Amino acid sequence: MRGVRFTFPDGSEALRGVDFTIHHGESVGLVGANGAGKSSILLHLAGVYLASEGEVRVGDWPVSRSTLVEVRRRVGLVFQDPDDQLFMPTVFQDVAFGPANQHLPPPEIEQRVGEALAHVGAEHLGQRPSHRLSGGERRAVALATVLALHPDILLLDEPSAGLDPMTRRRLIRWLGSFEHTRIVASHDLDLVLDSCERTLVLAAGRIIADGPTWSLLTDAALLERAGLELPLRLQGSPVTPHR
Amino acid sequence: MTPIDRAISHLHSLDASARLDSPLGRLDARAKVLVTLGFLVTVASFGRHQLLQPLPLVILLSAGWALSEIPVRSLGFRLAIASPVAVLIGMWNPLFEPEPMLRLGSMVVSAGWVSFLSILERFLLGMAAVLLLIGSTGVDAVAAALGRLGVPRVLVTQLLLLYRYVFVLAAEVERMLRAHSLRAPNRPRPELRTVRSMLGELLLRSLARAERVHAAMLCRGFAGELRAVTPLRLGLGDALFVLAGLGFLALVRLADLPRAIGNLLR
Amino acid sequence: MHMSDALLSPAVGGAGWLASAAFVAHSTRRLAGAADPGAPALMGLLGAFVFAGQMINFTIPGTGSSGHLGGGLLLAALLGPHAAFLVMTSVLTVQALLFGDGGLLALGCNVVNLGVFTCFLAYPLLFRPLVGVHATARRLTVAALLAAVVGLQLGAIAVVLETTVSGISRLPFATFLAFMAPIHLAIGAVEGLVTAAVLLYVTSTRPELLHRKHAEGRPLLPVLVVFALATGLLGGLLSWFASTRPDGLEWAVGRVSGSEELPVPSNGLSGALARWQEKTALLPDYSFGSAPEAEVESLPDGPAWPAPDAGTSLSGLLGGVVVLVLALGTGLVLRWGRSRGIGARVR
Repeated sequence: MRGVRFTFPDGSEALRGVDFTIHHGESVGLVGANGAGKSSILLHLAGVYLASEGEVRVGDWPVSRSTLVEVRRRVGLVFQDPDDQLFMPTVFQDVAFGPANQHLPPPEIEQRVGEALAHVGAEHLGQRPSHRLSGGERRAVALATVLALHPDILLLDEPSAGLDPMTRRRLIRWLGSFEHTRIVASHDLDLVLDSCERTLVLAAGRIIADGPTWSLLTDAALLERAGLELPLRLQGSPVTPHR
Repeated sequence: MTPIDRAISHLHSLDASARLDSPLGRLDARAKVLVTLGFLVTVASFGRHQLLQPLPLVILLSAGWALSEIPVRSLGFRLAIASPVAVLIGMWNPLFEPEPMLRLGSMVVSAGWVSFLSILERFLLGMAAVLLLIGSTGVDAVAAALGRLGVPRVLVTQLLLLYRYVFVLAAEVERMLRAHSLRAPNRPRPELRTVRSMLGELLLRSLARAERVHAAMLCRGFAGELRAVTPLRLGLGDALFVLAGLGFLALVRLADLPRAIGNLLR
Repeated sequence: MHMSDALLSPAVGGAGWLASAAFVAHSTRRLAGAADPGAPALMGLLGAFVFAGQMINFTIPGTGSSGHLGGGLLLAALLGPHAAFLVMTSVLTVQALLFGDGGLLALGCNVVNLGVFTCFLAYPLLFRPLVGVHATARRLTVAALLAAVVGLQLGAIAVVLETTVSGISRLPFATFLAFMAPIHLAIGAVEGLVTAAVLLYVTSTRPELLHRKHAEGRPLLPVLVVFALATGLLGGLLSWFASTRPDGLEWAVGRVSGSEELPVPSNGLSGALARWQEKTALLPDYSFGSAPEAEVESLPDGPAWPAPDAGTSLSGLLGGVVVLVLALGTGLVLRWGRSRGIGARVR
């Protein structure tokens, strides 16, 4: 992203000049208070929002109206609320939605759905209706809907919101196992600490810090400026933690 | 249980029974839609004083119920509390048709009562048939079947999305009403003023969600048409079902079975 | 009010289906032309909103009764008539399928009654011109009130017509209308007020939401005058029609209270009883009620109505009972057979 600015139709500014470059295979945390612009950045990368000013590039493609299809083929965005992502009657149809839109032949669609569901441990959910899933199952299936598209870059918006500790732990393990580029926007600093090497700290639509996760998330003064606080596990224990 | 809880659990129970494996459930949704429509037309085609002739249709319903996984309790409950519009209007018939029509011992039943009972009968038969259709098929499959039967795709997509998000929004309404009843325990229902902001809030949230859902669709390559991958196959069993179902309907309509049976027994 | 399957003849039901299918086809074509990319998600969510919003029952001020949102006009104001009509159609379809509201046969009629009038008459002819380009709170409220009242009144008249033409309910046209019109006046007024209130609520934060296509403002006064004239004309026509039909409610009630002593044909109950007893060897112990014979004796002579044939009634009843037992047996045997076979598996 180069000098990206974005203003909502009602006039409020979501992004006020954002610059960063993420390389292939990096895992990047995007942290900041409510309304800092985390979701806006993800939506720009997926081409849902188009920058009012500046440039967004995904791989070799500048994000613009004419390149949306190419950009979205490479980028997979997992929404914060799985209910927004699971709009089809059954889990199978939801996961098949993306591949079906790429006009893949039915056997390949089926294979992709099977693989994606297996990847998140949800093979048994195929014929269940989306509205009858538990929170963790929903999250897993939402991930599968994106994985079925074989994206190069995975964007996750608050992936741990509403998950119980066990499910959250599974998610963290799973994020670690994904080899592609991934960007995780979250308030859950412990999650970011566990799953991302690099972190961008956002405040009021600007990036105020960019660096190794470990050094940024231990900087109490920086986090306070961003409306955040130290990851829970670092609170009250000034000793150097181990990784 | 609030009415909303009841409505939601009714939706869930129909949905759950439709997903269970059953002989009726395995049939193609189009076959079931056709037979159900035939059933409804047959019921409606009887004269308003033909109280007894439609009764054999209950055999069809009963068999359908037995071959599905619909719990009899939810079916009976739904039939009992269903909207009373037909009853409300039908109950005037005894006033307007005082001619005697049936005799039960010393009791003379007027034509109005017969037609009133006929309205109740129509209502129960029709409602049971539709509940059987949904309880053995599910809204999704019925919508897909309608699509194959010529209903425009826009409307089919609309039905699917509506049904998907009814569960989400009904849960939101439920939470709102619970919050209201906790803060205004002496009022069974919110007032107009409160409802304005409740509905307004619900609408704003729905609109915001619509934008997110739309974005989620775009992110997965949505190009204006929801491509459902619903396998629908018409087999021999489906053809037999349609033939047998429509044949039985025709038989009931054309021959007065109860009278024939009664005559036979006497 | 939903038209019900139980009151509908196949012909009227079929006509309703044809009419609504025509409007669905028309709306689909119009929507295909205006490719609004956000449409499917927006329409789906608004449909769910109306469905869920109807679950909120509220107290109507000044009365003890409760009401809920109808939603047709609100949808039209947000989506425009064509999309709103399709959304309304989907809401009514799901209601008919899941809750038996109205029923499938009556679905066509209900789509016409609750969708067509509001979306294609009340919205473009009243709401849109009255709101105009610069929607003030007052204009919006007046427009919503009038459009909702007219839309629902037309729907109510259609329900009455459909019921009367079907001929299953014997409620005379005028009586039924006299009963429906005032109720729907009230329902329409509440619908209009709620619609306006909700629209004002959401447009105060998001003014762009009001559907503005074909927005041409018309001065309020002439529209109101035309509307008043039309109402007067319609009211006059209807009351003229009602007065030419002698079968009002009072007449009917008087008639019925006069016939408290039911005219039983004079060929005698005892004779019939004997005949029945002979013929009903299958039910030897069946006792035929216990009404005192004196009451029957006091009835006026001469058959006032064609005598119902007791024998026919009985064999029909008998057959009916047998059929019901058969039905119950079929169900139970089939279920029992299945439960002994393969148990239910999740598909």
